[in-house]
Amino acid sequence: MILLFEQLLNGLQYGVTLFLLAAGLTLIFGIMGVINLAHGAFYMVGAFAGAWVSIQTGSFWGGLLAGLAASAIVGIVVELGVMRRLYARDHLDQVLATFALILIFNQSTVLIFGRQPLFTSLPEVFSGSIEIIPGLPYPTFRLFVIAVGLAVAVGLYLLINKTRIGMLVRAGASNRQMVRALGVNIQGLYTAIFGLGALLAGLAGVMASPIVSVQVGMGDEIILATFVVVVIGGVGSVKGAFVAGIVLGMCDTMLRAFLPGLLQQAMPGPEAQALGVGISSMGIYLMMALVLLVRPRGLFAAQG
Amino acid sequence: MKREHIILAAVFVVLALVPFAAELTGQASWTRLVGQALIYGMAAASLNFILGYGGMVSFGHAAFFGIGGYVVGIMYHHFDAGTAFLGLIPGTDQMLITLPAAILIAGLAAALVGAMSLRTGGVQFIMITLAFAQMFFFLFISLKTYGGEDGIMVRRTNSLPGLNMRDKATLYWVVLGLAAAYYLFLRRLVQSSFGQIIAGIRQNERRMAAMGISTYRYKLYAFVLSGMGAGLAGALMVNFLRFASPDMMHWSRSGELMIMVILGGVGTLAGPFIGAGVLFTLETTLARYTEHWMLPVGIILLLVVMTSKGGLMALLRRLGGKG
Amino acid sequence: MKRLLTSASVLVALAVPSFAEGTKIGVITTLSGPAGYLGEQIRNGLKLGLDATGAAYELVVEDDGRDPNTGVQIADRMLNEEGITLLTGIVFSNVSGAVVPEVTDAGAIYVSPNAAPSGLAGAKCHPNYFVVSWQNDSLHEASGAAAKKLGYTTAVALAPNYQAGKDAIAGFTREFGGEVTEIYTGVEQSDFASEMAQIRDKAAQVVFQFHPGGQGIAFLKQYQQAGLLGSIPMVLSEPSYDSVILKAVGPAAVGLTGTTHWNADFDNAASKAMVAAWAAAFPETPLTTYAQQAYDTGLLIGGALNTAGGEDVAALQAAMKAADFASTRGNFAFGANQHPVQDWYLTAIEADSAGNPVIVTKEKIIEAAGDVYAADCKM
Repeated sequence: MILLFEQLLNGLQYGVTLFLLAAGLTLIFGIMGVINLAHGAFYMVGAFAGAWVSIQTGSFWGGLLAGLAASAIVGIVVELGVMRRLYARDHLDQVLATFALILIFNQSTVLIFGRQPLFTSLPEVFSGSIEIIPGLPYPTFRLFVIAVGLAVAVGLYLLINKTRIGMLVRAGASNRQMVRALGVNIQGLYTAIFGLGALLAGLAGVMASPIVSVQVGMGDEIILATFVVVVIGGVGSVKGAFVAGIVLGMCDTMLRAFLPGLLQQAMPGPEAQALGVGISSMGIYLMMALVLLVRPRGLFAAQG
Repeated sequence: MKREHIILAAVFVVLALVPFAAELTGQASWTRLVGQALIYGMAAASLNFILGYGGMVSFGHAAFFGIGGYVVGIMYHHFDAGTAFLGLIPGTDQMLITLPAAILIAGLAAALVGAMSLRTGGVQFIMITLAFAQMFFFLFISLKTYGGEDGIMVRRTNSLPGLNMRDKATLYWVVLGLAAAYYLFLRRLVQSSFGQIIAGIRQNERRMAAMGISTYRYKLYAFVLSGMGAGLAGALMVNFLRFASPDMMHWSRSGELMIMVILGGVGTLAGPFIGAGVLFTLETTLARYTEHWMLPVGIILLLVVMTSKGGLMALLRRLGGKG
Repeated sequence: MKRLLTSASVLVALAVPSFAEGTKIGVITTLSGPAGYLGEQIRNGLKLGLDATGAAYELVVEDDGRDPNTGVQIADRMLNEEGITLLTGIVFSNVSGAVVPEVTDAGAIYVSPNAAPSGLAGAKCHPNYFVVSWQNDSLHEASGAAAKKLGYTTAVALAPNYQAGKDAIAGFTREFGGEVTEIYTGVEQSDFASEMAQIRDKAAQVVFQFHPGGQGIAFLKQYQQAGLLGSIPMVLSEPSYDSVILKAVGPAAVGLTGTTHWNADFDNAASKAMVAAWAAAFPETPLTTYAQQAYDTGLLIGGALNTAGGEDVAALQAAMKAADFASTRGNFAFGANQHPVQDWYLTAIEADSAGNPVIVTKEKIIEAAGDVYAADCKM
């Protein structure tokens, strides 16, 4: 029982990380119609900038600020320099250009920071663990990550549903041409959204930096799962990204944790383990395939 | 029409002379380089048939490439060990059996993937094909008998009666012959009524459906044909490298195939081959000069996509038009 | 000015041949991607090892990007175009599986500084293929032996769900002999929270895990963050706690137990010379076992070049087979399959005066061990 509860928390924490990445990606996808394979690069930029500054200054919070600033700036520069020219192109050109960006970002990171992974320690406040229920000490930092993710979700909800910018974003996600026709400063809006998406990815990177290893290519590993979240949730839908992120995070963690054990009831141990892990690695892709077969546009498709 | 024939014949002759030229100039690795580029070109061209002509952007094409390769690898493994696949099918090292088998199995896999994926479209199609490819990738990683993540060795290239396949030049000519045959096959396919229907579906699916054509079925046929081509290329690659590994179906490999198509020119016959050749040469040449070869490759790709539309083929045509 | 440059370059061109008339050594290694630091360690270690022998050599280094295709492509060019007959450097088993047959078929020599897959160690061994590091399985058998020696009877073993990971758990289990709960992790997984929960739930006496590179860093950090570090001891084989990993993990690594074939505190002249040379050449970077293996590879190759007096393959092969060099790890010999027969040691990770982790050698746990595949090798 305690184990189940702990795994649910782990799933939730993975889920909000996926949500932070997917929220920006789905907006960029839905509003600008751009497939950005390089979104994971912002995650990496956030993690590296955050880790480097916190090593230099000894403060996690300084690193957090630096990570956010760096990823947002890089995002805006990429939008102004590259993306802007790609909006009118078809998806294929976008795929090629953003793939090229991945190569450029990865190799530049090697040139700047070298090949050794970076290490940051947890902020002092969150370095311990809290006994949430008796017998279950849970790392405070992971609870903090969950809290941040949920706060961002609420913030985005308010931004999108209660502000003028949000209105434009919603309109843009459901009908791009219309917003253009309304004479809104569409260029400025695009830049802002792209910057925001990069910033959220950077936030996810900084939050992950004390947990995982900060290394070149770390964004490429998580970007596929993020795309799966975006597609399952429905392109352009932040709500979809939230629901799909949490569900996927939970499912992935649950499969990993319990499937091998369940299979062990039916077959010998080592084979059950290997098969269980194999299936749970495929789990999120299997889910996407199933969801798309039932709802070809995802769960909460914004575009009609 | 005439001019095209002359150019094709000239290119073929030049390519056929590559082993001699490599021998003469002492650049022996050119044979292999060009051979590999030809094989990648075939894989890219098979992708281009659904992507360029049919408008189906598959992001999981490397799966069929890898499956074709593994068919050769697995058959050789059983041949070498003297065992049988699933205890039923004996292994072999005869290319006349392995290549058709690879084409067939890759086609079956494509039928399976296509039947489900083609129910969606657009971005969802891109992602669902990727999802299936990932599933195949993880499947082959967990196949302990066939080397898992480390891959499977094919100690000797498959044999063809009457030919010394261990000779690199002979193997190269076999590859070149198959690549040329595949090119001509695609050329006929595109011009056939089937090809016209596929192109029609890309331009306006609704209209084709209104004309009473079952678009889903035609798209599926095209998808299967394309998967078979990739399977053939994969089988040749494993013969060439004498090695099959899950790397062959990693998602970045699918991306690479797409890039070859886009770089060369979407919806053109020669484009994928040119794209494959250029990308391959670029990577290999730059890797000789710097450990940071990814950076210049990235910058060059970015510049190409920003400045030219329609890839290198469009560029060539523009040059040809002026000259 | 221009003329000055031209004449200078002519001078250089004239000076270089007589200066560097060394044997070309092809180094195919992984320098890009997350594992790039491994290739860097190998390249640098190899260079220092060769320098220590005073042999005349020239390194031709290329990045394989962890891709077997690229590896074979490079090997082909080195063998057939540049006339290189001596190759080394590969980090990963999947690359060496493709490249090694290519090299030996061409009549050239390959010396492995790291990867040694079982497929090449048994019936498919080759006189021109040498391994200086270890056979993959041996690493983990040492950890199993260590856990047994420390008196544990139940263990949780974790490794990624690929061949090397399965071999790791099999190797550990073989020597451990107690009750082992196996947990396989994802191939590209970086968050192990779910596994941490399972470890706590199983409440075994000891944890064994094999996660090289970045995965290892993440695993150790999270082990500490989950509060497991103090409560359940961990035994590691050497790829999971190299000094780059320890530097990245920091104080969280103190208290772990490891097994290795070499450590920086070894008391022999060769090892001391290497540690000093490394500190002088790369003061910023920690010295790992990867670099040490490459250094030994350099000693072997350099020594053979000196003995054979050039690049005649047969003479080189014979000189290498004798393994007549002072290894940084002490005892070293080649087994029937030309893989090492060597000792394994138990190490503890302790805190230095600044609180940072440092690996301290405790005792020898296995003496003169080869590998299980040598018996199948008929040369």
